[in-house]
Amino acid sequence: MLLLIAGTMSVLFVRNLFVATMLLGIVSFTMALIFISLDAVDVAFTEAAVGAGISTVLYIGTLALVGSQEKDKPKFAAGPMVICLVVGAVLYYATYEMPRFGEPNNPVHTHVAPRYVNDSPTEIGVPNMVTSVLASYRGYDTFGETTVIFAAGIGVLLILRQRRRRKNEDDETDVPLDKGKTGQSGSLSGLGSQHDLVPHVIAKLLIPFIFVFALYVQYHGDYGPGGGFQEGEIFAAGIILYALVFSLDYARSVVSEKAILFLISAGVLLYGGVGIASMMLGGNFLDYNVLASDPVAGQHLGILLVELGVGITVTAAMLAIFYAFVGRADLIAAKAEQEEN
Amino acid sequence: MSFGFFNYWVFIILLMIGLYTVMSRSNLVKKMIGLSLFQISVFLFYISMGKISGGTAPIVVDGPLDTAAPIYSNPLPHVLILTAIVVGIATTALGLSLVVRIRESFGTIDEEEILEMKDGA
Repeated sequence: MLLLIAGTMSVLFVRNLFVATMLLGIVSFTMALIFISLDAVDVAFTEAAVGAGISTVLYIGTLALVGSQEKDKPKFAAGPMVICLVVGAVLYYATYEMPRFGEPNNPVHTHVAPRYVNDSPTEIGVPNMVTSVLASYRGYDTFGETTVIFAAGIGVLLILRQRRRRKNEDDETDVPLDKGKTGQSGSLSGLGSQHDLVPHVIAKLLIPFIFVFALYVQYHGDYGPGGGFQEGEIFAAGIILYALVFSLDYARSVVSEKAILFLISAGVLLYGGVGIASMMLGGNFLDYNVLASDPVAGQHLGILLVELGVGITVTAAMLAIFYAFVGRADLIAAKAEQEEN
Repeated sequence: MSFGFFNYWVFIILLMIGLYTVMSRSNLVKKMIGLSLFQISVFLFYISMGKISGGTAPIVVDGPLDTAAPIYSNPLPHVLILTAIVVGIATTALGLSLVVRIRESFGTIDEEEILEMKDGA
């Protein structure tokens, strides 16, 4: 916990954005460990995959495009500090009205949670309660969240993939990326050097296991910690590793952008389709009981399909975002080359 | 009154740091990082609420157990935060892509410089 506070403080004060990103990753990882100690294994899993994995990659991708040095201007902002302290004081005061940490009789534990804990093993037949609550009891929420991820993926593609049309007009406002200033060359796809033997060999060994592990997480999500969200992150991380170590072009030849666009929507459609199918069979939307002759078997099937839909969407959205960032860097590098010639 | 609220206090401190980073730093990437910190602190708050002392992870264990019935921590906050994390990274990516576009249009990601540019023009 104290490590956490120290980490966040240093994130605040460090000037180099690259270092700040790394520290953010460390904070995420520490947080994942704390989640485990608080019994939230599923959440810890997700936090480790997302916070320490994917988000770090995204931040670094951004920094490669925008430069990593914060303007050197140590200043103390009085106004925000006062607001923060006031907010903190109010919240601190509020904690005294909070129920004590870890008491079984807290209001949180007396509302709907006992039903989930007591009935889900017999109603759903899935040992992992987090999965059953996620995919069955609160299936609507999860559907909405999958749609948000879908929308965010599409949004990033829209923002980053549009090409410059007015090339001559915005010459004055357009400051070309100064390679010395950004510290890194614009091209990220050049990262996969042909000569780095060690990363190549290691990556080739690791990637199949990453994929197998991702699939295990996907299909074992009913029994242990895991599920569609985690699976998506891990699978995407495997492909991103491939793209980083070899090159983006290779990765594109494995999973093309068109396939990703198709998969993003396919996942959401699969989720929605399960809902529609259950309606067709006479139940409510996302009511899995009717999917098979036996309600419990129906729940199993429904959760499996829905998690698969979530997994597909998350994987594809993460890859779409990654491709968009890296593709942008390539675009700029190509443009800079053109200008030089 | 001493240790019962420790997690909540850590949450408050993290939240204050995140909020201060968002408000005081003019670099847009730093603002995004502050937003992530803010987000993480809220995750901690929810998960702390779901914990029951002496409880275990909410996964049903088969087979005979020595104790009568294991206490499971509350699965509901876990579900909410699980999805929130993934949605959070998606929205962060959206924000970062906007930052990239801003950098391309203005040549800087410093908020104040952009504002000055606007006044000058």
